[in-house]
Order: sequence, then structure tokens, then C-alpha cells
Amino acid sequence: MEKVSAEIRDVARKLLEEDKVDLIIGFEKGSLPFRATPCSIRDPKEVERLIWNSGCENNLAVYIPKKKERIGIIAKGCDSRSLMGHVKEKQIEREKLVIIGVPCKGMVDRKKVDRVLDGREALEIEEKSEELILKGHDFEEVVPKGDLLPDSCKTCTHRNPTLFDFMIGDNLDENKEADEFEAINKFEARSSDERWEYFTREANKCIRCYACRNACPLCYCEECCVDNSQPQWFGKSIELTDTQVFHIMRAFHATGRCVDCGACVRACPMDVDLRFLNKKIEKDVRELYSFEAGVDIDQPPPLSTFRPDDQDEFIK
Amino acid sequence: MEERNEASWEPKILAFLCNWCSYAGADLAGISRIQYPPNTRTIRVPCSGRVNPLFILRALQDGVDGILVSGCHPGDCHYLSGNYAARRKFAILDRLFEYIGIEKGRVQFSWVSAAEANRFAEVINEVTDEVRKLGPAKRLVKKKVE
Repeated sequence: MEKVSAEIRDVARKLLEEDKVDLIIGFEKGSLPFRATPCSIRDPKEVERLIWNSGCENNLAVYIPKKKERIGIIAKGCDSRSLMGHVKEKQIEREKLVIIGVPCKGMVDRKKVDRVLDGREALEIEEKSEELILKGHDFEEVVPKGDLLPDSCKTCTHRNPTLFDFMIGDNLDENKEADEFEAINKFEARSSDERWEYFTREANKCIRCYACRNACPLCYCEECCVDNSQPQWFGKSIELTDTQVFHIMRAFHATGRCVDCGACVRACPMDVDLRFLNKKIEKDVRELYSFEAGVDIDQPPPLSTFRPDDQDEFIK
Repeated sequence: MEERNEASWEPKILAFLCNWCSYAGADLAGISRIQYPPNTRTIRVPCSGRVNPLFILRALQDGVDGILVSGCHPGDCHYLSGNYAARRKFAILDRLFEYIGIEKGRVQFSWVSAAEANRFAEVINEVTDEVRKLGPAKRLVKKKVE
């Protein structure tokens, strides 16, 4: 990890010194153990602040839309796919973006760490290549990193950045065995009543804080349709159907764009299962239009194009 | 929505009809005096591509029992590709609705041209029958504040 951090700093310093970019967006040490916080660096003397570890979970692509400056950005596999989406959707010019790609074996899910800690306070968390050492006042616990992977990392099929200018380290082998849609297939096999009950239960947890929307790199609209009050399409309350409509539309707006980076899930304070809708749409887009978000920069987004022979058995 | 009485319940169906084909088809059905069930309320839209999924969700929230979105046949769109774009959107939406547990048949889509008055009546017949079988909508219906 130290080696990767050092390489990132070198590249960042060079980019700033040679005036190739105006700023670098990366991670610096946060105030809590093992927390990395996004930072922007404009002065080459400050690149020492940049770090890299398995706590660098945020999708930095969220900071990109509508920026006028030339930006150097650190990107994991999923982040680079989001960035490709931004380029496709003309949120930034490719020439203004210098992507420093970092192959990623998966991040650490803080909520899972909290579960392991079970109320104890970790004062220091140390990362070894395959495990995490949690240290507190009177305990020390070694946990394999595999147990702490977020669900979206477990089935990740793009560990290597798909769009980059610099690559830090070597490409990793892609996880070929992961069945991305296993959970979705299982859910589909349940009865309609069970599915509705599950959706109702999950929506009931939601407090409408919109953290999922704010953390999502795709939700960059200047005015979100949820906030719109003329006309007011969305009920603003936490009445069940209002929340359900919000979740349906949130997922629908990400059709063919969501890269399953897991930013919404991480941001959610109520542990709502947000992925189960996004992943379903991702699966349908794959099945119907053979499209995968953030993989091929020349392929148009599925909902902005069509084919005369698109499937239409569902239409009378 | 008025109180529902089980015995005399009639489905309320909202039909989004595109101005150029389905709406004209409905008009032709009318002037040809073709009989079809009076359960649909029509909203005329410029194109099936105009129908935002939000319209559908809002209608369900407000308590309609069924929804029909109808546009021009593929290739016949007045705006050339509006219905193709709509088709992709609705394909995703249709699957998503079923996935979350909205009954199949609650929200339906069709292509009806301006000349297909008989077909329009048939579609309305079918949709009304199917929604009637499903019974009053319960899912996604917003409860009224007492």
C-alpha cells in the first residue's frame, strides 16, 4: 500500500509541477482510524498528503461534473467507469481529465468493521496485504479483508480501471467466478407478494435524507426532480408510497449508467438495500441491450439510442 | 377517489394516448360507434415518448387501478423515433414493476394506429378485463389523510 501511495504522489507531483493539471483529486488521511477523506491538491509541495489504502472507498467521480479546470483524479476500477460515463454524458471533456488508475482488490466496508467491533472502539487500524488489524485499549483483533468486503466489491468484475492515463502498479486478474446477478436471480424467483413485502420493508427504513443521491456520481442534475416543486411530482414525506416512488425513480434514472460502485449503499445511514433495484436494472440492460456501463467509450448509453428490432413482447 | 364498494367496483384505467396514432384511433372508434368499456380516462400526450415513468407512478399513487400507454407502431412515429425511445424506457420499467411486486397487467403498453379503431376497442376490452381480474389496486396507492 505504501508503494502505491508513493507512486501516486510521484505522478501527482509531476502533473502539478509540469502544469498538466490545475488540481489533483485524491485521498488524504481522515480524522478517524483508517478513514480516508477526499482532498484536492493544487500545490506540488502538498502531494505528501495523498494516501492510498483500502479505506479509500469514495467514488471521486462525484466531484467531476461541470468543472472547468483541468483535473487529475485517482480512480479505482469503478471510479474510472463512472468517469467514462461523465465523458460520455459530456459532463467534462476528456482532454481536461488526467486519470490516475489504481487496480483495486476491493475496499473495506466500514459497517462490517463496526459489526466486528461490536461497540468497542478501535483506536488504530492497521492494514496488511490480506488482513486488517483492529487495535483498541484492551484488544487486538485480526480480521481477513475478505470478510470485510462490501457486497458490490464481492462481485466486482472490473477491478482494473477501464479508462486511464497513468496506471499505478500491475493489472489484477479479473474475478471471473463472481456471479454478479446471483442475488437478483434469487430475488426474482420469490413470489410477487414476497418481493413487494421486501421492497416495502426496505422503503420503510428510508428517512429521505438523499445521502444516496448526493454520494452518487450520476446524480449531478442542477435541480433534482425530487426537489422540484413546480410541478411537484414527488411527495416529500416519508409516507411509504412517496418513499417507494423516490426509490423507483432513483434507480430508474441510473438505467444503463450505474456502475455498482456502492457509493449509495455506503452513504445510507439506515442500511436500506439500495443495490437490489440498481442491480436489477443493470441486469435487464445487459440482457436487453447488451450494454455494460463504463466499459466501452464508443458505445452510446442504452436509453439514448435504440434499434428497430428491440424486444417488444411486453407491448400489446 | 370515492369510497370503493366491492360489489359495484369498476376499474378506473388511465390511458396515455399519443396524439398522432392512438388518440386518433380512439377518435375513429368513437365516430365509428364501436362499443368498448367506459372505464378508461384518456390523457392526450404528444408522443408515447413524452410519458415519463413518474406520470405512471403518480397515477398509481393517486389510486388508478390500471394504466395503458399507447403510441404509434414502430416506424410510424410522427417524430420518427419517439416510440423507439419509449419502448426501451418501458421495457426496463415493465420488468422493474414486476420485480418489485406490482402485479403484471396493472401497467400496460400498446401500439395502436390512427386507422385501427377496431383494434383500439379490442385493446381497451382486454386491458379492462385484465385489470378487472386483478381487482382494485392496493400496492403503491397513497393512503388518504383522514
